[in-house]
Amino acid sequence: MVLYSLTFYLFSSVAVLSALMVISAKNPVHSVLFLILSFVNASGLFVLLGAEFLAMILVVVYVGAVAVLFLFVVMMLDINFVKLREGFLQYLPFGALLGIVLVIELGILFLTDRSSNIYNNQTPLQPIVNEVENTKMIGQILYTEYFYLFQICGIILLVAMIGSITLTLRDKGGVKRQNIDSQNTVDASAAIEKKKVKLGEGI
Amino acid sequence: MITLEHYLFLGAIIFTLGVLGIFLNKKNLIIILMSIELILLSVNINFIAFSAYINDISGQIFAMLTLTVAAAEAAIGLAILVVFFRNLGSIEVNKINQLKG
Repeated sequence: MVLYSLTFYLFSSVAVLSALMVISAKNPVHSVLFLILSFVNASGLFVLLGAEFLAMILVVVYVGAVAVLFLFVVMMLDINFVKLREGFLQYLPFGALLGIVLVIELGILFLTDRSSNIYNNQTPLQPIVNEVENTKMIGQILYTEYFYLFQICGIILLVAMIGSITLTLRDKGGVKRQNIDSQNTVDASAAIEKKKVKLGEGI
Repeated sequence: MITLEHYLFLGAIIFTLGVLGIFLNKKNLIIILMSIELILLSVNINFIAFSAYINDISGQIFAMLTLTVAAAEAAIGLAILVVFFRNLGSIEVNKINQLKG
């Protein structure tokens, strides 16, 4: 139990600190790298809670795809980041005040709402222990009870893919493309023109 | 002893940091997108903590749905960012007033 607590505090403190660095780093490349650190630590917490499949999905999807996409965009675009940081310190006192108020309010909400039966007992949080492992359990419920949800997820990803491709697709002028339809419908009368050429003269 | 409240506090802190990131970096669109990712991560932490607490696997399914939506949102957001940068040569948020909505 002590080891569990220590691991929780290690992962959560690193996650919070790196989340803080995400929003305060000067260089956006550093921000992306701290975002990766934050997600890796969150996936460690998911392992602590017994959600191994989601922990691995988090690493694969976020660190492998989304964060790399961010990194790609940050490095590809030639942006003047110094200019973008103007006004950071101007909004800092107001933002910090707002953040402290928000955390305190959320904390009060969690600590005082004991009347509902969700928060009633103070049992330590344990991972879901079954004879079936986590991935198998998710598979058993995802493809039966939540099958429509699963398919809607696929449609959302398809829409996102088509949307981002059509957004960034650029039509360059002056590119000669093959028009297969007009190639197939061509016939001899339109393609060949007969001319009588007089002897000793050109056309 | 780690209880549900520890995880809820962690989610609250990360959520607040995400909101704060939108406030502080109100010019930099990339940081704003990353802050949205942080907010969605905190939602995921809450989902999975409750899933472990009430011993129900459904919370993990919903966390997966959140993950899908977050990935789609990041892809479309970055595509809009690239188009915006191509048209204006800058990603300052206060210059996005061309929709005239």
